[in-house]
Amino acid sequence: MNAGRRLRRAVLPAAGLLVVLGGFGYLLYGGLESNLVYFLTPSELVARGAEAYDVPLRLGGQVMPGSVHWDAPALSLTFQMTDGARAVRIRSRGAPPQMFREGIGVVVEGRYRPTGLFESSNLMVKHSNEYRAPHPGERPEALYRTLLRERSGGE
Amino acid sequence: MNGSTMAPPLPGVGSPGGFETASPRGRSVREWLNGPGLGWLALIALAGAQAFGLLATPADRDMGHLQKIMYVHVPAAWAALVAFFLVFVWSVLYLWRRSARYDGLAVAAAEAGVVFTALTLTLGSLWGRPTWGVWWTWDPRLTTTAILLLIYAGYLALRAFTDEPDRRARWSAAVGVLGFLNVPIVYMSVRWWRTLHQVQSTPDTLEPTFAWGLRLNAIAFLLLLAYFIVRRRRVAQLERRIDARLESAALAGG
Repeated sequence: MNAGRRLRRAVLPAAGLLVVLGGFGYLLYGGLESNLVYFLTPSELVARGAEAYDVPLRLGGQVMPGSVHWDAPALSLTFQMTDGARAVRIRSRGAPPQMFREGIGVVVEGRYRPTGLFESSNLMVKHSNEYRAPHPGERPEALYRTLLRERSGGE
Repeated sequence: MNGSTMAPPLPGVGSPGGFETASPRGRSVREWLNGPGLGWLALIALAGAQAFGLLATPADRDMGHLQKIMYVHVPAAWAALVAFFLVFVWSVLYLWRRSARYDGLAVAAAEAGVVFTALTLTLGSLWGRPTWGVWWTWDPRLTTTAILLLIYAGYLALRAFTDEPDRRARWSAAVGVLGFLNVPIVYMSVRWWRTLHQVQSTPDTLEPTFAWGLRLNAIAFLLLLAYFIVRRRRVAQLERRIDARLESAALAGG
């Protein structure tokens, strides 16, 4: 084997490795951080100003307690989503997932309107990493039904 | 080829097993691994752990019995990550030692890992629809896991398209090493980025019996993984032996 071939055999895999590692490094510490943000928070959305109007976005935060309004005949759900600092009013069409309730984390997909209303076309409920047994005397099925009744009852 | 009429001394073919050692104890371990013992052990552990999860743990406060999907989804994900770690280790060993034994072990672990990853994604999707409201979303955890499945499905496809054993082993070992870069990313994705997927539960965030359901099933799934690897590797070994015999018969027949 001559020196040129030996060099190629050593250099090519090393160069390939470098490219792959560099790509991963870029994704990890550069690209993903700024470009692949899965959802914005209400504060970030408001800070974007007019730039955020009428473009497809994901917004994530907590359902503000006391702000949920379910209009059963129109199948329209409105609530305030908050990140603790700012709140955005969300309107979602159709019945929300069963886990939806006040205080829970949600992610919505849709468009933010200049009126300040976020029109959601897709409402997703974020589950925490907590899993608990029911308190004594509680039955999970009964809890489910309570949640449903609260929601369809509305005010 | 050496042109001899004897079976060519292909690596890992002339000797009956990869676990062989000179000692009688090593031989009895090998015999046990090649026998049905490990399979039965894995099956009994799985049945026991699933029975515990389904019958001995209470329903979740919010989700009811839907939470029981956790007892397969989470251990399957852990087993998949362990499998891909083993692919990485055996790929490095192959590149270092150039022994077909490590290539056979790596492909066995990769196949098991692909099965467990597919199971994780399927069950996660079934859990996500009633809980999140969607079957799928492109959040970092789900996206990196889908990439994980593609990398190792690609690893298996690459092997299917390469006939020459040494080249196949070399290339797939390279994929086995580089592909592993994605494994810590999958695991850490829920901590590094905003996701819909929840972060890892800890014993503090779990009902104690739920945690035990996870631990028992994790053991069962690791046994299952070990069984899959041993069986798959044994099949690969037998296939190599058949190839070698066919080749030597063809050479002898002229």
